[in-house]
Amino acid sequence: MLDDFFIRALIAGIGIALVTGPLGCFVVWRRLSYFGDTLAHSALLGVTIAYSMEFNIAVSIFLISSLIALILIHLQRKTNLPSDALLGLLAHSSLAVGLVVIGFLTFIRFDIMGLLFGDILAVDKNDLIIIWFGGGLILLVLKFIWKPLFASTVNYELAEAEGLNPDRAKAIFTILLAAIIAISIKLVGVLLITGMLIIPTAMARNISDTPQKMVVFSIIGGLLSVFIGLFSSLEFNTPSGPSIITAALLLFIISLLKIKQTIQLKN
Amino acid sequence: MSIENNILVKLDNAGYKQNNKWLVEGVSFTVEKGKIVTLIGPNGSGKSTTAKIALGFYKGIEGQVEKFTNKIGYVPQKISIDWTLPLRVNDFMLLTDKLSDDVVDEALKSTGVYHLKNKNLGNLSGGEFQRVLLARAISKKPELLVLDEPVQGVDFTGEIEMYELIKKISANLNCGILLISHDLHTVMSATDYVVCLNGHVCCCGSPTEVAFNKEYKALFGEQASKTLTIYEHKHDHVHTTDGEIKKN
Repeated sequence: MLDDFFIRALIAGIGIALVTGPLGCFVVWRRLSYFGDTLAHSALLGVTIAYSMEFNIAVSIFLISSLIALILIHLQRKTNLPSDALLGLLAHSSLAVGLVVIGFLTFIRFDIMGLLFGDILAVDKNDLIIIWFGGGLILLVLKFIWKPLFASTVNYELAEAEGLNPDRAKAIFTILLAAIIAISIKLVGVLLITGMLIIPTAMARNISDTPQKMVVFSIIGGLLSVFIGLFSSLEFNTPSGPSIITAALLLFIISLLKIKQTIQLKN
Repeated sequence: MSIENNILVKLDNAGYKQNNKWLVEGVSFTVEKGKIVTLIGPNGSGKSTTAKIALGFYKGIEGQVEKFTNKIGYVPQKISIDWTLPLRVNDFMLLTDKLSDDVVDEALKSTGVYHLKNKNLGNLSGGEFQRVLLARAISKKPELLVLDEPVQGVDFTGEIEMYELIKKISANLNCGILLISHDLHTVMSATDYVVCLNGHVCCCGSPTEVAFNKEYKALFGEQASKTLTIYEHKHDHVHTTDGEIKKN
């Protein structure tokens, strides 16, 4: 029953969930959901560039997403537009340009659905190496910047006054976000990566009273979503990304019951 | 020990400009060990900006700022903890430093909020939260304490207690305190040196010096030392709405 491709997808999913858990917490705490979306949308452009120039997909996505992040920071400084408008501008235009470029690349056959929503069959051995090596690296760097990043998430000025470097931590965190998007695109897809970052974390928030617990529950939620999602993807022949995210949503709904209980206890 | 060694931070004609507009300019004062310096002035007069200049937040300031200590405790003006972040008082105390349990307990006890140690920050009242912030700042045994409106959200009696507490802290830790306040009556009782700001230094000196100062009376009114007054600036200059200074 368990085919090779399925084992690979499962190993990839576990690797991704281990990283999206802690990163997702910071995305939620720092209110970066839409920012994550923008980076993910730009990933499609990265894919097309990788194909047309015969370049490694993950590296290409990573570079394009980082570039988009830099452009965003530049525009935030130079224009008077609010951040959400700039994010929308970059998200949709990079997605559109990516799709237009795909239209031009008639000599390559694209599985656009696979790019947008993930493909359980697409994960090969190289991807596993990239996911586990890259993911390990992301977690290592995150551990390194954890203190300044977390402190400045609670309060920027406190962190700065106490000798930490919040701006550097923020810049590095942006790069980490670009990196997790780059390594998880094949399994989860462009449109749903942010969901993988946010939904297990939202579930974790409902049942946690400390940041540490929230990170742990977020990882557990991500892992469960991957297991449930991938098995149902195999069973019902649904695309892997939406299946994982739907599983995450179900866990979130279940976690709402816990909130209800707590509220009743308080009353 | 010479007087020089007691100086913690020294501003000399310091100012900061943002988007070609001065937020504050020409500010000079020093904070010494065991002394309380208070910045007063109306909203938007550059009090917080001045504190941030002293803390070294800004790059490209005008004038000179010299800091002689890195052990600084800071209580920012507006701090709101998001519900998205589940954080207990104890986690908050350990945010940037690994402190022993004893140190945390002692700091929380000294500001009277030890019983809140395991409460979620989101559930504290304004006054409780200010006390936690203060406990957090003093837990690091700072040499310089910068308190930006530490009595926000605290009622009148709580306010007096809070200033008593700040005086006690200054004495116990022998640290210098840079205090920002908009209420005048407390300034007179708990301060060694007062700087009145309104985009620049309007007047400054020891509380008694300032109290008998002609300018001060013009600034705060005759009843200033007794009551909290809404004051007008009647100087040799006026401040226009766009921050310009016009001489009369």
